[in-house]
Amino acid sequence: MKVELIDIHKHFGSVRANDGVSMTIESGSIHGLLGENGAGKTTLMKCLTGYQTIDSGTIKVNGQPVAFASPAEAIRHGIGMLHQEPLDFPQMRVLDNFLLGFDTRLIPDRRAGQNRLQELGTRFRFELDPDAEVTSLTIGERQQLEILRLLALGAQVIILDEPTTGISAPQKAKLFATLRQLADDERRSVVFVSHKLEEVEQLCDRVTVLRHGRVTGEAEMPCPVSTLVELMFGRSLPPLECPTVEHGPPVLQVEGATIPSYRLTVADTRLEVRSGEVVGIAGLEGSGQRLFLRACAGLERITAGRIAIDGKALSHAPYRKFLDAGIAYLPANRMDEGLVTGLTLTEHFALANRTGPFFIDWQAARKEAAERIQHYNVIGRPESPVEALSGGNQQRVLLALLRQKLRLLLMEHPTRGLDVESSNWVWQQLLARREDGTAIVFISADLDELLEYADRIVVFYGGRMLAPVAACDTTVEGLGYMIAGKEPGAGAQQGGAHDEA
Amino acid sequence: MKHNDRWINLLMGIAPIPLTLVFTSLILLAMGASPWEAYRNIFNGAFSSPEKVADVFAACVPLVLCSAGLAITFAAGQWNVGVEGQIILGAIFATWAARTLAWPQVPLLAAMLLAGLLGGALWGSFAGLLKVFGKVHEIFGGLGLNYLAQALAIWLIFNPWKPAGGATMSGTDLFPEAARMPHLGHLRVAPLAVVLALIAVALVTFLLRGTRWGLELKALGKGFVSAFTLGVPATPRLLTAFAACGGMAGIAGTILCSARYIRMIPAISGGQGYLALLVALISGSSNPQWIPFIAFFFAAAGVGSPQLEYNMHLDSSLGGVLEASVVLSVMFVSGWRVLLARKRSQAAALVSAEQEVTA
Amino acid sequence: MNVEFLIQTLASIVSSSAPVVLASIGETISEKSGVINLSLDGSIALSAMTGFAVAYTTDSATLGVLAAMAVGALIALLIAFASITLRLEQVAVGFVLTMLGLELADFLGNPFVRQPGPSIPHWPIPLLSDIPFIGPVLFNHNILIYISLLSIVATWWWMYKTQPGIKLQGVGERPESAFARGVNVNRMRYVYTTLGGALVGLAGATYSLSIKLGWSHRHTAGIGWIALAIVIFGGWNPLRVAAGSYFFGLLKALGSILQRNPAFASVPTQIFSSAPFALMIFTLLLLSSKGVDRLLDMLPPRLARRIDRAIRGRAPGGLGRPFEQG
Repeated sequence: MKVELIDIHKHFGSVRANDGVSMTIESGSIHGLLGENGAGKTTLMKCLTGYQTIDSGTIKVNGQPVAFASPAEAIRHGIGMLHQEPLDFPQMRVLDNFLLGFDTRLIPDRRAGQNRLQELGTRFRFELDPDAEVTSLTIGERQQLEILRLLALGAQVIILDEPTTGISAPQKAKLFATLRQLADDERRSVVFVSHKLEEVEQLCDRVTVLRHGRVTGEAEMPCPVSTLVELMFGRSLPPLECPTVEHGPPVLQVEGATIPSYRLTVADTRLEVRSGEVVGIAGLEGSGQRLFLRACAGLERITAGRIAIDGKALSHAPYRKFLDAGIAYLPANRMDEGLVTGLTLTEHFALANRTGPFFIDWQAARKEAAERIQHYNVIGRPESPVEALSGGNQQRVLLALLRQKLRLLLMEHPTRGLDVESSNWVWQQLLARREDGTAIVFISADLDELLEYADRIVVFYGGRMLAPVAACDTTVEGLGYMIAGKEPGAGAQQGGAHDEA
Repeated sequence: MKHNDRWINLLMGIAPIPLTLVFTSLILLAMGASPWEAYRNIFNGAFSSPEKVADVFAACVPLVLCSAGLAITFAAGQWNVGVEGQIILGAIFATWAARTLAWPQVPLLAAMLLAGLLGGALWGSFAGLLKVFGKVHEIFGGLGLNYLAQALAIWLIFNPWKPAGGATMSGTDLFPEAARMPHLGHLRVAPLAVVLALIAVALVTFLLRGTRWGLELKALGKGFVSAFTLGVPATPRLLTAFAACGGMAGIAGTILCSARYIRMIPAISGGQGYLALLVALISGSSNPQWIPFIAFFFAAAGVGSPQLEYNMHLDSSLGGVLEASVVLSVMFVSGWRVLLARKRSQAAALVSAEQEVTA
Repeated sequence: MNVEFLIQTLASIVSSSAPVVLASIGETISEKSGVINLSLDGSIALSAMTGFAVAYTTDSATLGVLAAMAVGALIALLIAFASITLRLEQVAVGFVLTMLGLELADFLGNPFVRQPGPSIPHWPIPLLSDIPFIGPVLFNHNILIYISLLSIVATWWWMYKTQPGIKLQGVGERPESAFARGVNVNRMRYVYTTLGGALVGLAGATYSLSIKLGWSHRHTAGIGWIALAIVIFGGWNPLRVAAGSYFFGLLKALGSILQRNPAFASVPTQIFSSAPFALMIFTLLLLSSKGVDRLLDMLPPRLARRIDRAIRGRAPGGLGRPFEQG
């Protein structure tokens, strides 16, 4: 099936997410859609699959102009999309997930559904227990379920939005093999949306590059990586200078801490982080790294072992004591866990000033807010509600809220969802703090980010904390194997694409 | 355009009143009664004599106190449905003080108010504790505590506080002279109570707007997890919010038993707690200064509507119908405005996009 | 305790629990679709009054039942409009409608207070009612009681065994995903909220035309709140919700048995009538408290998970959250 997108425009307010985009998807091929975060890739695909309506432009399927009012209509025409976070029903069983929207009779034929699921599963070597609840599946398995569901509905064009985020290396290999099978053996079209060069290079037959909502180029693969980088960023990125800092005395000491939780218990964690050191944490989502980080912040209780900040034992102390000791914790989910919807920037700054007076001087607070806004380059006013800001500006506000002097900064995904400019800015701020002796521990799913900024990297696998490795001693592949639960070195190769980029 | 908007805003602002009147008039017509007569009766029942006006003020006081307290818990995002129980506990504590302390009037009244405050605050903190440590939704925790407070009051009235003539649902013996809040001449309103209510509103308005405590509650109410991560001590703040609201309800309970009934009765709260929730729903936590005015309207409807029973053989609950339907209209009109605004901004975005495309 | 007495008690629990069963099943349906109808206490009062008033005026219990269902459905429709279209806070709207329902019931019901009126005729099911023990307990009632029993099984079957039922679960669980599969989320929510409301109305009719005949001030006091608590208690599963409703009926029956015992003569009757409410709510508190978490933490994780799932349900993921299509 051939899909043509012609001169697609889509605006959100004053933001031009897609500004005259055209591309053609041929059948029997894997088409890469490459671009950095915020380039307009997801928006374009959502317009194609009926999640969003286009402002202007034409979509043609097999030469016929179409307009899908809903994703259900798109899938009826054979176009289906797998979202970054699969659109499934966590508390329902695999089979019910599969049947919903597939079998439309009053009493669904469960046996037929189960057979269909198993038959498709065998074809692509996916093993899914139809009676398991979706909450018990990994992201990779949830993707597999969605792919099977889309195929069962007769999808001829399958769009995958950043499908490799959060899945293991073996799952990724399996996914890529499946996609090849779909394109080569079954002559379906696959659109692979990604910002990861090496994956696009490895998998795709053809690639379209987006930047700031416009197509900057198209290329047949293989094609030199430097060309793609230039199309993506408009210039080759200069590598950031890594300042060499002498690490000071230990700030964070975790000795044999066990963090129990309902789903997963992380046992016997050990880590020492020195002043001015940056430690990165890698691992599949849900491997225990978040529990560990939150325990270091005093937000999870530990049942064994000891946690100390600057030599002071805080094992069972409340979060408040950790804050007093000079830690700060920046969660991944900015609006749900970091900033308060409905409060203005001034109110945020007043709130974050924990030692401020009981009676608030709002005039002074507004003045201080205005100064910080200027200093941190936030696009917003003291009286703007925080939810009116863009994601990058919200991250700036979070950093602006941090106290001047910190001992330990704990962060989850510091640059997730930010464009390259903002990411670089964020890291400049963080590295400046490290010069002041702040120790930094951060979780990231972006292996390049870990390798670039961390001094040492700790990998979590299935609730186990592996011994830290020095960032300069490892590669993307090496980390990938550790994340997937294999010993580093066993088959670890030099990551070509990474080095060239 | 600007001019037009202001008119629309004004129109929308007063729209709930005609909406309510249309609704209640339809109901009255369905009952075969003249709406005009009914409204006139309610108005006369509330304002036709100084005694009646005094009654409106007296009815207003506990409502204002409870609503002011609720503005605090609403700020913290909590549905403190336990106000009824908190009123009862306040009254119980105050009655205990009135019965045990043989003090002169001024120190005794002060002790009763303090006892009532403590009793209400205690009961409020229970709801808070259940919420914070028991993970129990405060609506159900509050309802459970209301039942418990009611049972406690009945047990006290039927056992240790039984009047000489035998226990009945009409309550304990009248309080001694020193435990009665002085009325204004022959009018059944206690000036001290009115002053206390106004102080409560001023205090709450100031606490919510001008202090860290108020800001922290607001932050917890709007984004609990974020506020906690930013370092707001959630548990103590929520508990103090519940305790503060309970304390105000407790003072309301004290005033009810000392100034209105002059004794402890089983139905001492009489639904004031639920009514106060309605008042606080209109004012919201951001505008506690409106509470006295809304409460005054509610009190007038409440005091005036029994007149319907004498003159028109209608049930006095029309007052309650009026109150609830005003709140409902306010909510629907505000929801409607938001909906229109959203539609308009969507349409505007579409138009501007089209213009750019054609240009 | 003899068998006759046991049968009588159980039969009375089955019939007197019918309104709570119907109301909590109705609420389960609407919450399963993602909409909280908090107005239950007011809806039940107003529909009980309407049911009786219409039955009294037309001398037809059937018309009374239909009118009561219409009232329940209408209030639920208002809730649906407020929460789906206007996106108001569902709890707030529900609370205000509770108050409005109670006051309106009192006002409009004034002429009907303590009037004798029609009721639903007793109708033992032929053959079934002759089964020893089970017959008199389950099949010796009137049609409304049978409907309450049927509503449990039918709702369970619909939710878990049919295609629209799976859609219903999906709509409440994750509306975005349901939309992606071609389900009209908001229309489904309107339909199920209204349907649930009709069952709540039926609960009211059952009260005034079958359990506590007629109408009086605060006739249905408190059962709406209990029904709301039971939905949580039952983890949004119709079978367990029904179990919770009968547990409440049992508490009430125990109360009245104890009350007749001379040892408790000095305790005021009001305490017996309000104790089941307090007990019920505190049972709920106990089950959802963190103390249970601590206990579960001590057990092996597998067992803990199973127990947790058995005693506590998880709320639908999209409960109380409006959904914007597109």
